[in-house]
Amino acid sequence: MLALTYDVGNIWLDSLLGVLALVALMTVSALMLIWLERKISARIQMRLGPMRVGPYGLLQTAADALKLIGKEDLRPKTANRWVFELAPFAVFVPTFAALVTIPFTRDWAIAFLDLGLFYVVAVTGLAFVGFLMAGWASDNKYALLGGMRAAAQLISYEVPMVVTLVAVAMVAGSLNLSEIVLFQNRIPLFVWQPLGFFIFIVAALAELERQPFDIPTAESEVVGGPFIEYSGIRWSMFFLASYTSLLIYSLLGSIVFLGGWEWPLGTEAGLWLQILLILVKTSLFIAFFMWVRFALVRLRIDQLMSYCWKVLIPLAFLQVFLNGLVLVYGWPDGFLLLTSGAGLALAMYIIYRAVDTEPRELRMVPARGGGSSAQAATVDATGSG
Amino acid sequence: MTVAQLIFYVIAALAVAGGLGVVLARNTVYAALFLILALLAVAGVYILLASEFLALVQVLIYAGAVTVLMLFALMLTRVGDLPETMTGAQWPLAAVVSSLLMGLLVTTVATSDWPGDADGTITRIPFEQLGEALFRQWAVPFEIASLVLLIALVGAIVLARDEDDDVEESE
Repeated sequence: MLALTYDVGNIWLDSLLGVLALVALMTVSALMLIWLERKISARIQMRLGPMRVGPYGLLQTAADALKLIGKEDLRPKTANRWVFELAPFAVFVPTFAALVTIPFTRDWAIAFLDLGLFYVVAVTGLAFVGFLMAGWASDNKYALLGGMRAAAQLISYEVPMVVTLVAVAMVAGSLNLSEIVLFQNRIPLFVWQPLGFFIFIVAALAELERQPFDIPTAESEVVGGPFIEYSGIRWSMFFLASYTSLLIYSLLGSIVFLGGWEWPLGTEAGLWLQILLILVKTSLFIAFFMWVRFALVRLRIDQLMSYCWKVLIPLAFLQVFLNGLVLVYGWPDGFLLLTSGAGLALAMYIIYRAVDTEPRELRMVPARGGGSSAQAATVDATGSG
Repeated sequence: MTVAQLIFYVIAALAVAGGLGVVLARNTVYAALFLILALLAVAGVYILLASEFLALVQVLIYAGAVTVLMLFALMLTRVGDLPETMTGAQWPLAAVVSSLLMGLLVTTVATSDWPGDADGTITRIPFEQLGEALFRQWAVPFEIASLVLLIALVGAIVLARDEDDDVEESE
């Protein structure tokens, strides 16, 4: 960020400063976010959370980070050496690269790209490979299961995410994140596209693998999933990447749907006010994601998949279709608000109905080639869940 | 040698190394991972040619999604149980065919008269123009392509469902 406010004149030095700024931002924000998550979870569960290291336990995560760095870097004997050791990087590097193009204020970003929105989506998509690599190379059944779940979930939820962002880019007429902010300087986009906003939040939760979508890393099912065999510095790289993704999706949401660093009613904000505004808007997202984590229960994998493919993706296409109508026929924005709001109501009704109905009888299908011992049995969903 | 040339040679070397890795690796998962390397390096070449949109599509679709699906399938099967998949009896034939294909492609690319690049400079096409061409001028071929994909999707579902029905009948 320094590199942008002061023109240093040398492209290599400029890039180096940008990378250093991002590393500092990533580390500090991850430390803060972990502390915040522990504090929020403690509040929700009527505990105090970390209190001993530093004022209000602020230095607890720093102490934990030191401990993690000091830990031995273990690798299972049967693990596939290269894939195992490269997997944390395959998750970490794309996450880091996605931060490059995110504008923090009107003039602060490492790079302003014309295709910024597309870049963020494309680059974060590369992290899927890292989860698969970690799961496969650990030579552990739970890790493999977790890696598979991660890949299936991330790929599925990338579709509604991309489609809603397409809906936004259609209206804004640009994929440049700064221009999307400038476009919505009077009224932020979530007012006009509540359905798109909703789909974005759900898809972001799934992409972040946070509750209620933490199926790939669920402790009680796959004991940590792809990260099960990792320790020390490699494990903390996964952790750092996960909290940086939280930051990225929160920033992206606040830029695309909440109007980024601008005041809602279109008065130009000064630099410090811009920083404050984007921080507040991003914090809203982060607080929401953390709140949801401790308020909702985990979904089953089939519920997760059918919710994505049968509900979210059709609704995301509906939003694109509505935006197309408004753009082609020049209908007023109020039409968009009404129809998108109706779509949101429909989505809420679908969730309500799914929650309200009695659990269906589940039929257990015998494993293939399981021999005569495998027999069809029926259990009710509450019993197997 | 300019910096751009240096970067190009590094990227090209990575692409070639990735491609060789795909063909020569005995482990199918390694081959798929090398494929990601090759595809990413090609995306780098696209960026050097000032077509960022193409590069990002390459990263999103090929490196991010297609290879993940391939890895998904490969990792679910037990690679160690199937050594013959990478060293089948057909490999000399496959080598000949792919060398012929490569020769054909190289000669075609080298001898063709590419529009716009005659003066040796990079023509930069804004992606808006790409969208116009794709959805206005070539809308029908685009729709046909998506129809083909849809048919493939439906076909895959039909095949997968049939198998499940068999299981139920055998019970």
